[in-house]
Amino acid sequence: MDYNVVWFLIVGFLLVGYAILDGFDLGVGAWHFLGKTDHERRILMNSIGPVWDGNEVWLVTAGGALFAAFPDVYATAFSGFYLPFMFLLFALIFRAVSIEFRSKEESKTWRNFWDWCFSLGSIVAALLFGIAIGNVIVGFEIGSDKEYQGAFLDLVSPYTVLTGIFNVIMFMMHGAIYLTLKTEGDLQKRAKKWASKTYFVFLILYAFVTAFTIFIRPEMLANFSFGMMEPSTNHPLIINHQIFISVVAWSIVLLNALAILNILRALTKNKFLQAFVSSALMMAAIILFFALGLFPNMMVSTLSPDFSLDIYNSSSSDYTLKTMFVLALIGMPFVIAYTTIIYWSYRGVTKIDEQSY
Amino acid sequence: MEYTVEFLSRLQFAATAMFHYIFPPFSIGLGLILVIFESYYFITKDKVYENITRFWIKIFAANFSVGVASGIVLEFEFGTNWATYSRFVGDVFGSPLAAEGIFAFFLESGFLAILLFGWNKVKPWVHLFATFMVFIGSMMSGFWIVAANSWQQTPVAYEVITDASGITKAVITDFWEMVFNPSTPSRFSHTIIGAFLQGSFLVLSISAYYLYKKIHLEFATRSFTIALGVAFVSALAQPLLGHESAKVAYEYQPAKMAAFEGLYETKDNAPLYLFGWVDEEAEQTKGIAIPGMLSYLLNWDNDFVVKGLNEFPEEERPPVNAVFQSYHLMVAIGMGLILITFLGLLLLYKKTVFRKKWILWIFMLSVFLPVFANQAGWISAERGRQPYTVYGLLKTSESYSKSLVESEVLTSLILFFLIYGLLFFTWLFVLNKEIQHGPETLNPEDNLYRQRKLRINLLKFLK
Repeated sequence: MDYNVVWFLIVGFLLVGYAILDGFDLGVGAWHFLGKTDHERRILMNSIGPVWDGNEVWLVTAGGALFAAFPDVYATAFSGFYLPFMFLLFALIFRAVSIEFRSKEESKTWRNFWDWCFSLGSIVAALLFGIAIGNVIVGFEIGSDKEYQGAFLDLVSPYTVLTGIFNVIMFMMHGAIYLTLKTEGDLQKRAKKWASKTYFVFLILYAFVTAFTIFIRPEMLANFSFGMMEPSTNHPLIINHQIFISVVAWSIVLLNALAILNILRALTKNKFLQAFVSSALMMAAIILFFALGLFPNMMVSTLSPDFSLDIYNSSSSDYTLKTMFVLALIGMPFVIAYTTIIYWSYRGVTKIDEQSY
Repeated sequence: MEYTVEFLSRLQFAATAMFHYIFPPFSIGLGLILVIFESYYFITKDKVYENITRFWIKIFAANFSVGVASGIVLEFEFGTNWATYSRFVGDVFGSPLAAEGIFAFFLESGFLAILLFGWNKVKPWVHLFATFMVFIGSMMSGFWIVAANSWQQTPVAYEVITDASGITKAVITDFWEMVFNPSTPSRFSHTIIGAFLQGSFLVLSISAYYLYKKIHLEFATRSFTIALGVAFVSALAQPLLGHESAKVAYEYQPAKMAAFEGLYETKDNAPLYLFGWVDEEAEQTKGIAIPGMLSYLLNWDNDFVVKGLNEFPEEERPPVNAVFQSYHLMVAIGMGLILITFLGLLLLYKKTVFRKKWILWIFMLSVFLPVFANQAGWISAERGRQPYTVYGLLKTSESYSKSLVESEVLTSLILFFLIYGLLFFTWLFVLNKEIQHGPETLNPEDNLYRQRKLRINLLKFLK
């Protein structure tokens, strides 16, 4: 295992962290309008009040890590994805400030306006993240100069729209489950209902996305084939460990299936924390599948496999990867400690007090 | 002016960075003020300091959230608009950005949650610790980003290589030497002190407003006094740190220093302008100058020969008059801040500062001065680096994203103007609302005796 692989894993870890944490955050935003009274909406918003900023840091740090470890991926992805990415940033901006601004003024119009910003911002962000993931699977028109050659509209296809919608639904389910942990009484009952209803939509979409993914990228199945299929890469880690990888991949499938089933079971039994953890594991598993299918590529070129950006031709120097790895090792325990302390301090039902948003 | 991708991207980067930079200096400066007042509260347990701290936390929060929202953009804008630059410097420049995320942002956001929502939830010492950590976190964030930017100004500890796809790039040879490149220490301290000024002047301005209106007097006098102390010390330190920064700039970026002072001819006894105008066509600078002062300041020696812009071919020079003007604006404001804070201290000593309307007017309005100075300082630093993004290594004209077309950047630019305009006015509106609402007043039952005693003292003071 070299430092390039390690950094592939670190970026993956940051993205998993981001998806799980900001996932429920964005999901809560999507549900915001189902808060019937002003008080309910404030509870919804304040349920993520102390944590949304920290959750977003995972994205910012993933961006920084990508820049430091795989500058070409950072450059190609964000310049190629220019307008969608700008819209994503705008969505995140509106969402962030609406949390701070909304309850500063009594006026109905004012609160309504920021409610819209918060909710739409969350939905648009979730949708665009999903579309982005879809595009990573489909691949990009990357030329020999590592530049994206396609147009804005090439990024929108039936598959990517499907992954976009899937992501919105997944975040909404995840967010509703989170809300069951942070609310009580009638609102909690409704949050539970939201979670179970989206659960079934989620299941159907999950099946579609899986089938569609296998259809357009059948080679991603190689990792599940115990060496019966030719892997799409000749990376030694894949070639030399085909059986092991398949065992791991199938174990993840199994655990993932259990996690997904457990979401519904735990919800019905009112074991909300269990449901939340299951939902988080399921999201981690999805990213793992995608990462496994992609490895060692980071952005696949649809023009020629030679033009794909992988963890070697797009990376920083060994020295930098190594130095940054040491820094990440020092920093990560702190990151996990802060995150744990914050979630622990603000555990339990959200109450509105004078400091609330 | 041609609306090329390069031009539009520069405009967009300038606009988004300048907008963003309204907020972090307030956060850092207010962070210091918060640490001071909360420590007072922690030691004295005096309720009035609790109210002071909690009021400034509210101002801090509104400011912080716009800072975060506009900051996310900058983390990604190198990739979106400056892809070629990103490929070239990712190895070097990306590393401090990643470090900023790992070491500063997580720290800051974690403790921010306690700072904003923890007052009744955690023990007082935990809250004070959290406030302190948020302050440290905001400065660490400043450190990493200034270190990254300083490497663009004074690049060291790298080598340039060509990868298999034929792309040339700079790679680090020594990480810590890169982080502590020649201009990092002086530029970082100069930036932080600028932030202290901006934060303390915000406190001064709001306190002066209350004093002017004769409301929240106890709150206002205490906030004012502490902030004035911070502002005065910072204002005095700033020119010294600026001087260090200028010396490093001269050593490593002589064209920038020459543009700062509009110096074309290489000569000894080079003048230092108080203000002036550079005629770039005629290559002449007119204005009021102190003869020999530039030479003297750069080497404590009037005979020191300062390199002029004529040493550099025209395409290697920054836009001279623009850099000259922003640099001199910054210096002039810096001097003005010393004067204002000194005057404030003098009147504080004479016990008249809290009731003289004219000085309160000055303090109310002067919050704009450090904001302008900080912006002008960065404009001088960044435009003074032109035509390079990485000084001497990579030109701005080669740095932009090749895959972009004009209409894309124009679209995002227009949207940025609209959205940031909306954000800015909303921020002002919310800020004004908090100011009008004012701090919580002391509950008289809390400490009737103390109240009365303070009131007597205060009335004596005001008379």
